[in-house]
Amino acid sequence: MTTLTPPPTMPTAATPAATGGRPATRPRNAPQRKKARQARALVLPALIFSVVMTQIPFLTTIYFSTLQWNQLRPDEIAFNWFKNYAVVFTGPDFLPSLMSTVIITGSSVVLSLLLGLFFAILLDRKFVGQGLARTLMITPFLVMPAAAALIWKWSMLDVNVGMVNWALNTVGLPSVAWNTDLPIVTIIMLLTWQYTPFMMLILLAGLQSQSREVLEAASVDGAGPWRTFQWMTLPHLRQYIEIATLLGSIMLLQAFDPIAIMTKGTGGTKTLSYLLYERAFIGLDVGQAAAFGVVTVVVTIAVATFALRTLFKVFINGGER
Amino acid sequence: MLVKKRALAVGAGLIISAVALSGCSGAGTSSKNVTLTLATVNNPQMKDMEELKGTFEKDNPGIKVNFVQMEEGDLRAAVTADVASGAGQYDVVTVGAYEVPQWGAQGWLKDLTPSLKDDKAYDVDDILPPVRTALSVDGKQYAVPFYGESSILMYNKEMFAAAGLTMPNEPTWQEVAGFAKKLNTAETAGICLRGKPGWGDLFAPLTTVVQTFGGTWYDENWDAQVDSPEFTEAVNFYVDLLKDAGEKDPVSNSFTECLNQLSAGKVAMWYDASVAASILEDPTSSKVAGKMGYVHAPVNKTEESGWLWSWNLAVPATSKNADAATTFVKWATSKKYQRLVGETLGWTRVPPGARTSTYSIPEYKEAAAAFAPITLEVMNAVNPKQPGLNPQPWVGIQYVTIPEFQDVGNQVAQLVADAIAGRSSVEDALAKGQKIAQAAGDKQK
Repeated sequence: MTTLTPPPTMPTAATPAATGGRPATRPRNAPQRKKARQARALVLPALIFSVVMTQIPFLTTIYFSTLQWNQLRPDEIAFNWFKNYAVVFTGPDFLPSLMSTVIITGSSVVLSLLLGLFFAILLDRKFVGQGLARTLMITPFLVMPAAAALIWKWSMLDVNVGMVNWALNTVGLPSVAWNTDLPIVTIIMLLTWQYTPFMMLILLAGLQSQSREVLEAASVDGAGPWRTFQWMTLPHLRQYIEIATLLGSIMLLQAFDPIAIMTKGTGGTKTLSYLLYERAFIGLDVGQAAAFGVVTVVVTIAVATFALRTLFKVFINGGER
Repeated sequence: MLVKKRALAVGAGLIISAVALSGCSGAGTSSKNVTLTLATVNNPQMKDMEELKGTFEKDNPGIKVNFVQMEEGDLRAAVTADVASGAGQYDVVTVGAYEVPQWGAQGWLKDLTPSLKDDKAYDVDDILPPVRTALSVDGKQYAVPFYGESSILMYNKEMFAAAGLTMPNEPTWQEVAGFAKKLNTAETAGICLRGKPGWGDLFAPLTTVVQTFGGTWYDENWDAQVDSPEFTEAVNFYVDLLKDAGEKDPVSNSFTECLNQLSAGKVAMWYDASVAASILEDPTSSKVAGKMGYVHAPVNKTEESGWLWSWNLAVPATSKNADAATTFVKWATSKKYQRLVGETLGWTRVPPGARTSTYSIPEYKEAAAAFAPITLEVMNAVNPKQPGLNPQPWVGIQYVTIPEFQDVGNQVAQLVADAIAGRSSVEDALAKGQKIAQAAGDKQK
């Protein structure tokens, strides 16, 4: 539905790392101005297209969010000002859901980033079967999320025949009822498994763009592998880590399939995206769902612009870029 | 690139001409030829119906039937939008028992009572009375059941024999709990019960337990009764039974998951939909075929505790071909159709739980000997007008026929799932549930 429109912040927030150069200086003479006009004209269709595709649904969502509209009572649609927002902010659902979203998204991003870095460093070396290993490593990201959730539910985590419990039993540990007892861990585990390859790919690209000469010079100067990694590789990877975190957060905020298929929102796994789905398709309350959607977008924009930027400053020496 | 463009142009042309053509055929409906559009959920019995529609079209020249299969949620959205806008896209729709009385009362469905009564050959009195009651509002029948089900207790006879236990035909929940504890081992669970949150998952069996313990969702004034002592006692019983002798990881489990564990011989008992029996008796997919016994749903304070569900065919009030649509609905739910399914597709595929006469067809009785008698017995015994101890302001057993119920049931189920996992107490969960249920109840006043 329209409420699931991706947050419109994505291009803006990605700007610092995505565009290398500064905007061109103001054209002074006529031919230059004409060229600029042409350039703008060429960009226009794409711009209109993206405005139509993202902003019109968003405006419609804002409009819906001011309506009293239950799908099973189509004759009682009425304008009700900000009543839906009152429900969002005074009801018991929003804050716990925001917390779950932060916990699930945050831990999955951090874990998959760390694991991704680890595998990227391993794959950066030359060895026989490197291509095969790389392809295998990427596979989890290529599996459809719903299919992945079903595989985890039935083959990995099933309490009777699942492989994870079988492995636990072989080392003498008791079986774990994952969905019942550890729903948050289950979801974070699955999302980490799925997004590690994504993080790994970005970081691997970063590692491979590092100049070998610099590394050689470092080793000539007597730096050990750890010092080289800490002082040469990590600073080089900073931008890659930033973009991986940003894109990963945006994608993981929308994680839905494993929650719908495995935990059904119990035990602190009712993230904003699942809550939204519940309001729209189980509650059938279009107005309330739209209000939740609008608030989610606003929160996402806030997180993307302020929180992540502050977070990145930690990495940056003296705050310069 | 050029080739692609040309293909695109050709494709576009084809679509335009197809639209134009369908426009023509649409315009032609007023004369003789009618194309009915049937929107249906995509489950196997409906696919069988599509396979056999040729027979109907042959018997009724001039009427063609076009099937549109959808997921349940999509179907609901499509039909409500169609009815609300008066577009009349659909002539026949499949509607669950939960929604028939709601849609009927809203005036969205055609009242089928006169056309069913007038047709002697159709024999409307043959439809199982409780099902008919559940599909009627104020004496008007808005849909006909295509197939129906109740809930029964299924048990593994070998395990019972090995433990020296005997299952009575009408067990109480206390007896069942006792058996479950005796049969619960490290390898096999005593009983499988749904624990997956959802009004149609966890709360289908749990609501029947609540009712037989004397509880209910709402009293006659639409005041919620979720935190009442009876409701609490029932949920505590259910949660404790799951803890003591239930399957592991209950929050993962609903119909399909329990079915798998039963078929693999990992569980001794299962309380769930009666249609499960036909799958458990299929030797190609089940290890326990022929080893299962079937008895009435366990009770506590009521006489009977089975639920009642049916998938039904109805004609939207906006249909422009209501007469032809009614003809089709009657054909698909007739005695003749049942024989047709049996003779062409096999007797185990006859849609069960709709007509009494189904259970006297000799071939069907033979094919479904293990579970047909008990299904008929339970389905005739349940009372959808008052399934619990106290009168209720709606007709239906494991659901409340108000639009808000699926939301209420879903949210309370999530709270109960937390109690099953031990993250909260049943009392806390139901205290929160009471508020949710009361908010919905207030809207009915």
